[in-house]
Amino acid sequence: MTKILVVDDSNSIRDMVSFTLKSAGYETVEAKDGQDGLNKAKATSIDLVISDVNMPIMDGITLCQELRKLPSFKFTPILMLTTESSGDMKMRGKAAGATGWLVKPFNPEKLLATIKRVVR
Amino acid sequence: MSVDLSQFIPSFLEESFEGLELMESSLLDLEQGDDETINSIFRAAHSIKGGAGTFGFNSVTEFTHLVETLLDEMRDGRRKIAQDDVELLLDSLDCMRLLIESIRDEIECDTSKIIETSALLEKTLAADGVEVSEAITINSSDTVESKTDDTSTWQISFIPEHHLVQTGNDPLLLFNALADLGEVTLVACAKKLPALNELDAEEIHLSWNITLQSSANEDEIKEVFEWVEDECELIITKEALSNGDLSIAELLTEPPSLEESDPILSTATSKIDNPAKPTEKSTEKSSSKAKNDLGSIRVGVDKVDSLINLVGELVITQSMLSELGNDFDLSKVERLNSGLEQLLQNTKELQESVMRIRMLPISFAFNRFPRLVHDLSKKTGKDIELILKGEQTELDKTVMEQIGDPLVHLVRNAVDHGIESAEVRLANGKPKKGTIMLDAYHQGGSIIIEIKDDGGGIDREAVFNKALEKGLVDENTVLTDAQTFDLLFEPGFSTAKEVSDISGRGVGMDVVKKNIQSLGGRIQVISEPGKGSTFRVNLPLTLAILDGQLVQVGTETYIIPLITIVESLQPQKELINRVSGDMVLYRLREDNVPVIPIYQLFNIPSEFDNIEKSLLVVVEADGQKIGLMVDDLLAQQQVVIKSLNDNYQQVDGISGATILGDGSVAMILDVPGIITMALAQAQLNQKNRSTIKPKITQSISEGVNS
Repeated sequence: MTKILVVDDSNSIRDMVSFTLKSAGYETVEAKDGQDGLNKAKATSIDLVISDVNMPIMDGITLCQELRKLPSFKFTPILMLTTESSGDMKMRGKAAGATGWLVKPFNPEKLLATIKRVVR
Repeated sequence: MSVDLSQFIPSFLEESFEGLELMESSLLDLEQGDDETINSIFRAAHSIKGGAGTFGFNSVTEFTHLVETLLDEMRDGRRKIAQDDVELLLDSLDCMRLLIESIRDEIECDTSKIIETSALLEKTLAADGVEVSEAITINSSDTVESKTDDTSTWQISFIPEHHLVQTGNDPLLLFNALADLGEVTLVACAKKLPALNELDAEEIHLSWNITLQSSANEDEIKEVFEWVEDECELIITKEALSNGDLSIAELLTEPPSLEESDPILSTATSKIDNPAKPTEKSTEKSSSKAKNDLGSIRVGVDKVDSLINLVGELVITQSMLSELGNDFDLSKVERLNSGLEQLLQNTKELQESVMRIRMLPISFAFNRFPRLVHDLSKKTGKDIELILKGEQTELDKTVMEQIGDPLVHLVRNAVDHGIESAEVRLANGKPKKGTIMLDAYHQGGSIIIEIKDDGGGIDREAVFNKALEKGLVDENTVLTDAQTFDLLFEPGFSTAKEVSDISGRGVGMDVVKKNIQSLGGRIQVISEPGKGSTFRVNLPLTLAILDGQLVQVGTETYIIPLITIVESLQPQKELINRVSGDMVLYRLREDNVPVIPIYQLFNIPSEFDNIEKSLLVVVEADGQKIGLMVDDLLAQQQVVIKSLNDNYQQVDGISGATILGDGSVAMILDVPGIITMALAQAQLNQKNRSTIKPKITQSISEGVNS
């Protein structure tokens, strides 16, 4: 089963993303900040990462950079879930190795439709 | 598929309020260049905006966007942190709170303040030449555009850069996504494939020509390639319309005639209208759910774990006892006793543990004060430092909710009346900055909350004169300090020389006292001229359980809250005084204590109607002592309070009921209520000089027992 790592410091957003993914039959692993996400990514095999950008301890951009350093994450899709729709933010994400971005406010149907572009 | 997220609204609301509190306390601590604090404020705003957008709470999203923009400028150093901006942000927080509360309570909120504040925010943002960026798109159902049957043929040339796959993008999945839009024909081009010995397996060297038959527009196609547009060469061209003479866009340019005639347009419009409706409905439904769910509490895992542990022990005790009961004989009495002892211990611990679940640290009630004192000190021009102590002291959730307002009132009073102006302070040799301290700690079975200021203290003379004016005392009355300060809690009492809008209308202190009493608590005032005042609030730890003294009157058992009992004694004949009316006074050292026979109070038969044969339980409330006349003292025990209002009806002199170990119902006496009743009766007697028996209430025992 496809396993998705959901990283967000907001419980409610994390719960919602996770709930949406589970209801579509994906398995999820949740993390509350970048560092937590990195630890969980190292501990288990992950098929897709959906991460918030603004988080305490370690932000999403750093998480993305760190993940890309891991051999097992070289080709793993990483999506940044962010309210910042500015081009600058997208560029920073891209530069860090992100696959793409999902712009909040997050809409469940849209989320499921777009992640089909990166997971089989 | 449709995913209903409304179940997450309560947790969003809860999180938002927490976020607001964090923003507020951080803002008050904010100093120039403090990046971590401003970041955490920004993050909180950001989360609120994100969540609100998801649920379609547009007013919150739009407003928070402005706040966030301002914070963002502060965060990356484009804007200096000015006091005015902090004030504006604090006002904005109030607006956000209003907006979120209106969602929670499903009410319309007062928009005037919000409009005013958002205008100010926009002005502030614009003033420094930083453009206010467009508010983000709120409703993603916007993307549902008019789709018609006419399909077009699109030619797409897709030439990815070599490293495309290294960011996790996969051309195959992009083509799958395209296939969702219509029929796809792919032609791969392998011309640029390098020689085999130069081939890097992690790079991509193919390019594609794609033909797409679809009704989708260019934006929808572009969206598929959204994440790779900077890493590929993408050319999208549209071939001639394959079907239909006019595009829907052209049709729409002439709306009036089409409205009646063209069926295509009307179906298209109805399609546009539809998506909005379910969103509205789900918001409505979920917010009503939110309202019901807010009665929840967050409980630390350790508390739940300890509960589970205790239940485990209870199960062990139970199995031990039931094994013992299988073939019981007298030789096992000792084991039975130790088993019962263990059960007692388990039950007690379990009770304490369950109580702990309802306990929250008092910081929940304290955290509003930094802001309050900040605002008030600005308003009054007094420089005040607020010190919070014992914030981790835990208090029952219900008590916490109800103590908030009285505390606010006391703190307002301390700022307004307690702390003197800077000039007066300096003249009296005190530091210019006044101090208000809020302290909470446990003492015995109660929690004490102190509101202490280092101001001028309470002016006894002013209080006395005011009381004289109000006719509460006469010139010859000699009052102790405690009695003088008690006058402050009389309705309509205010010694403030000028009424300010902060406090001092004299409506309040009596309410403060009433609220605290309704929680089973007391308030006490200590004041030293020139040094300051302390208001000490004494509250029970919980409202659900009470330490009680069981007493017998006739065949009835009553419970007197232990906290009110001063002493119990056997009356001595020579100390009994009968005065006018049927009032009996008992000389207790230097006090004369009115005696209230409980059998008369509730009009029930008793064993002894003579005070000399009865026992006297001296109780105190509001600084007033009375003696309750009872037949006998029984055990002292903890009782679980059951509301009389819920199960029967409100009865004067009774605060609740409980069920005793033998299954019988016992009434809990409302001591302050009885004292009020007794005093009223005594005054009436004095006036009438009548000899009517003080039959205060009708019998309730029959009503309750039936």
